[in-house]
Amino acid sequence: MTDAGSRDRPDEQEKAGLVPWLDARLPVVSAFRREYVDYRTPRNLNGLWNFGAILTVVLLVMLATGIFLAVNYTPTAAGAFASIEAIDRQLPSGWLLRSIHVTGASMFLAALYIHLFRGLYYGSYKAPREVLWLTGLVLLAMVMLTAFAGYVLPWGQMSYWGADVAGKAVDAIPGVGPWLEHFLQGGDAPGDVSLHRFFILHMVLAFAVLGVVGIHVAALHVTGSNNPLGIEPRGAGDTLPFHPYYTSKDALGLILFALLFAVVVFFLPDVVFEAENFRPANPLHTPADIEPEWYFLPFYGILQSVPSKFGGLLASVGAILVLFLVPWLDRSPIRSARFRPLYRACMGVLVVCFVLLGFVGRHHAQGGWMIAGRIAVVYYFAHFLVLLPLSARTERGIVLPDGIAGAGRRGA
Amino acid sequence: MTTTGPLETDNSATDSPASDSPATGKRRDFLTLLTLAAGGAGVAAFSWPFLDSLRPGDSGAARPPVDVDVSKLPPGQQITVVWHGSPVFITHRTPQALERLQQASLAARLRDPSSAALQQPPYAANWHRSIVPAYGVVVGICTHLGCVPTYSPAPDPTTPVANWPGGYACPCHGSKFDLAGRVFIGAPAPYNLPVPPYAMPTPTTIRIGANPPGTDFDFSSIQQI
Ligand code: HEM
Ligand code: FES
Repeated sequence: MTDAGSRDRPDEQEKAGLVPWLDARLPVVSAFRREYVDYRTPRNLNGLWNFGAILTVVLLVMLATGIFLAVNYTPTAAGAFASIEAIDRQLPSGWLLRSIHVTGASMFLAALYIHLFRGLYYGSYKAPREVLWLTGLVLLAMVMLTAFAGYVLPWGQMSYWGADVAGKAVDAIPGVGPWLEHFLQGGDAPGDVSLHRFFILHMVLAFAVLGVVGIHVAALHVTGSNNPLGIEPRGAGDTLPFHPYYTSKDALGLILFALLFAVVVFFLPDVVFEAENFRPANPLHTPADIEPEWYFLPFYGILQSVPSKFGGLLASVGAILVLFLVPWLDRSPIRSARFRPLYRACMGVLVVCFVLLGFVGRHHAQGGWMIAGRIAVVYYFAHFLVLLPLSARTERGIVLPDGIAGAGRRGA
Repeated sequence: MTTTGPLETDNSATDSPASDSPATGKRRDFLTLLTLAAGGAGVAAFSWPFLDSLRPGDSGAARPPVDVDVSKLPPGQQITVVWHGSPVFITHRTPQALERLQQASLAARLRDPSSAALQQPPYAANWHRSIVPAYGVVVGICTHLGCVPTYSPAPDPTTPVANWPGGYACPCHGSKFDLAGRVFIGAPAPYNLPVPPYAMPTPTTIRIGANPPGTDFDFSSIQQI
């Protein structure tokens, strides 16, 4: 009658104490140890690998400041602007919370672009990390939507006209456009209903991002990190335990990032605040110079460079969608651009074109800017659809290092 | 870009700090402690604006004085205005009501007939508990547990109590106050109704929240609201 496997019998193996007791039932302690302490990480990660940790921390700061702002915010067309002014002027430390949140949005998008560039440059999207890449792109789309919805909330002139222009973009979709615009807006023009929807969308998406980050990091821990050489670690000598090596490297990166963050919050608020948005929304008067936040400018530049309303919309959405195809467009077995001379040069041109498109967006694609914008749009898509698939053919006779530890020091 | 890790070793066993010699182990412990302390201080400092924002706002800016024009208020009637989020009763007392306030038989039924407790500014510590006898100004919050007393100005032989001279009756636990806000004996409320700081820039204007020129009274110093 003895039942050896039964849990009813006191387990002699079980260690005493609350932590082992909990860990035997819900292995949070050992999972944390496995994934964040002993976790083997390539020994050669450079500073660009700090940005995932930076993004995670900035996300938590955004959620915390966001909750405290939401407590004091009124999501009505009549009350929104005044409630934001009250946060800035009357709520104790409200100006600081708002400044951190607004600066955080810019810093988040900046870190996101660097993080994405890192993945493209070192081929982190290639097998076996395709799902990791795709979850990252879903995060990019979600974060962009969240940032846009958040920008509408103060209900200043830029908020209002930003929402209005986005509505008109939806309107450009053939057939269903006008109906869809009316439906999404909940009225003929942005108003109470749209503002309330933007507020809920902003909060729900922000927390959904946190959930998707969980999936993103889970996927990362299945495959492990890629590295600047783009070769898989060959043995224990090629890796280091996450703690203390990468906890301290991430901490250093975070401190430097926090310093830059604080400089913007305390000394350069004009960089992230738009003066025009300190005027209350006025549906009867469009501001003279309407442009989105800097992080949307490259896509705004694409929108304006294409000489068709719907075509522009397709191109700027397509600029993000094409990234989803990258793992399958790139046929080269080599990951890191360090060993792909043509691809490396192409990546340089891509970055130049992306920044250039930002300036084109700023200057409304007028005169010379329009020509530059069109060339940049063509390059952007040619890079992914033509150069990326073809560059593999140019890579002959390339010898990859034989393990990370033996590769020694090299340039990027 | 360079490789990371201070130790250029290929043996994974020496990657672990636990296998260091005792001397470096101690130094590492100290550095760990220092790092944790600095991190803890940073987190504590960062939480300050969050906690600070939960504090009630800047009262000075949010609570300007309130001007009330009483020229249209007929004798015997009362209006209620909001000040600091509380109801303030402004009463135009009739000559008969003022006469009753001065009766010695009434004073004998009151807990604090001469306004000894600090429940009013010094300029209202008189038999009518106001600047001029005709206008009464009191905060309409029962000093028992905070209900708003009902205005029942008409004298009555039986209701709400025998020989009622006119005043306020609290609906919650039956405290009674006369028309100057003085509390009756035998009721749960311990103090007279508070008189807020106020001034009368003209004979028919009451400015609640501002003291008359030359006086200085801080409402937060009163016994109990
Ligand atoms: C909310 C935004 C995001 C957060 C919080 C986040 C977080 C992280 C973290 C913590 C890591 C590990 C550390 C590192 O390698 O830097 C990581 C790796 C990675 N992320 Fe993200 N990420 C985000 C968005 C994105 C986006 C937009 C992409 C691009 C499509 C992306 C693609 C990747 C890839 C490919 C890796 C593995 C890199 C490698 O090992 O080489 N992530 N992410
Ligand atoms: S609150 Fe007025 S009697 Fe209790």
